[in-house]
Amino acid sequence: MVDTHHITLSPTESKDTRSGFGQGLLEAGQQNDNVLGLCADLTGSLKMNAFKDAFPERFFQVGIAEANMMGVAAGMTIGGKIPFTGTFANFSTGRVYDQIRQSIAYSEKNVKICASHAGLTLGEDGATHQILEDIGMMKMLPNMTVVVPADYEQTRQATLAIAKHHGPVYLRFGRPKVPVFIDAEAPFELGKIQKVISGADLTIAACGHLVWEAIQAAVELAKDGIHAEVLNVHTIKPLDEKTLIESAQKTGHVLVAEEHQRLGGLGSSVAQCLGANHPTAMDFVAVEDQFGESGKPAQLMQKYGLDAASIVRKSKALLGK
Amino acid sequence: MNSTELTALATQVRRDIVRMVHAVQSGHPGGSLGCTDLLVQLYFDTMNISPDAFDMDGHGEDVFFLSNGHISPVWYSVLARRGYFPVEELSTFRKLNSRLQGHPATEEGLPGIRVASGSLGQGLSVALGAAQVKSLNGEDTWVYSLHGDGELQEGQIWEAAMYAAHHKVDNILSFIDCNGQQIDGSTEDVMSLGDLAGKWKAFGWRVLTCDGHDFADLQRVIKEAHGQRGSGIPTVVLMKTDMGKGVDFMEGTHKWHGIAPSDDQLADALNQLESTLEDY
Repeated sequence: MVDTHHITLSPTESKDTRSGFGQGLLEAGQQNDNVLGLCADLTGSLKMNAFKDAFPERFFQVGIAEANMMGVAAGMTIGGKIPFTGTFANFSTGRVYDQIRQSIAYSEKNVKICASHAGLTLGEDGATHQILEDIGMMKMLPNMTVVVPADYEQTRQATLAIAKHHGPVYLRFGRPKVPVFIDAEAPFELGKIQKVISGADLTIAACGHLVWEAIQAAVELAKDGIHAEVLNVHTIKPLDEKTLIESAQKTGHVLVAEEHQRLGGLGSSVAQCLGANHPTAMDFVAVEDQFGESGKPAQLMQKYGLDAASIVRKSKALLGK
Repeated sequence: MNSTELTALATQVRRDIVRMVHAVQSGHPGGSLGCTDLLVQLYFDTMNISPDAFDMDGHGEDVFFLSNGHISPVWYSVLARRGYFPVEELSTFRKLNSRLQGHPATEEGLPGIRVASGSLGQGLSVALGAAQVKSLNGEDTWVYSLHGDGELQEGQIWEAAMYAAHHKVDNILSFIDCNGQQIDGSTEDVMSLGDLAGKWKAFGWRVLTCDGHDFADLQRVIKEAHGQRGSGIPTVVLMKTDMGKGVDFMEGTHKWHGIAPSDDQLADALNQLESTLEDY
């Protein structure tokens, strides 16, 4: 048995997090006339059609020109608008890093950079599109908030939350359908870790698609009498250091799981925090300094060690069991 | 404002530029001197602005974006002389803890600056976004932008050019500082720009040309552009300028793109530029 908070261990449906973004953007647009949508020829993939249809005068097709999209979005904040840009994570970050750095982050513009198809779970398109470095690039930028929600409902809530937050935000989500396990009424607060399972033996800190894998791992570990605490670190920057340190003090062991390179992602943020405040035995479930490849999402997650089985194995090793 | 008054202002701005760059022995005097007349024309005669109550959002006023941010000296001088901040602050240019960063920035809160620039090619996109929002907000105001000719080698400029025509942005007036020079030499030698007018026309823009050192000619193209509001066609002005204009030994060469004058050279320059307002 595991002690859960605001989640179900038996989800009845699966949905893609990008659809949570699409629904959230529509609702944000209904709540605030200043919300704008921009897309670089991926309106269907980003699930921005509902917003486009509801608010055609507030939707801007940019074509395959992501650098221009970031600049136009920065300009649209001048006059009080809240532009949401939409394209794949690869084209939302690495392709346009300097545009984001100068025109958005350094200029403190209220742009919401919304990025789908992040990580290995993009699948068959392969490594050219499977960015695994985006969290690192974005979290290094001063003024930038970085959010990686875990399921459909949380992505919807996160989209609404960042519309109300003033400042540049990177919102990362994905392509595949994954279990909807977070209660619809669960509170979502930017910058606050969501503890989804309480435990005393080790902490598993995860973000995005790895949160559900961590929950499944915690259920497996419980069968062996190991009680894992699972933290959904949906806001990577600013990091909720207080909750993280308290958990590490309680469990003494921290495993970080993310669909990202091991260098520079959530894991390095957690390690930096604990190293300075409460040195703790740690390990990481992440991509080990390599590019991805074509395949089905589940196959890739297994091959690159980003699944529940891998989390169980590394948790036991961390505990010396 | 008549051309005599504008000329007097431009002369003082040019004094400010060479003094600012000399004081810290760094900065970009050549392009600054070449674009002085345009910025004086815009800020003292053309634009409807509120220098006393700077509003980042620019509601109800015209806004200007400097895309080639390295010519910050001319912008800072014009902003100060127009009343955005005290002219004494020009003495802090490029120094530690200054609001007058080497390239324009918003972080220090300098009134008049709405976006950082310096990494080239980004300003047209930003200006277009601001122009579209002015239309969304029902304003009849204008957005002006300035770009170097060398800057047109950046690909983002052409992404933005295509976007402007597609979205029929006709409340933007973009100036290209056609001085034919960039850091490594002439644009012709470094990366030929070819038929610039033809390129902009092919991207769907109305192309005007003018003498960037003739206030009457600047006023002519601005008036012509204003008359085309509602056409759905963006307007670009290929503005012929001399890099280093107003200081004979700096004129017409890329060598003064980014270096500062010595003490003797400063004295020589100031002898050529009569002080029309008080120096800062």
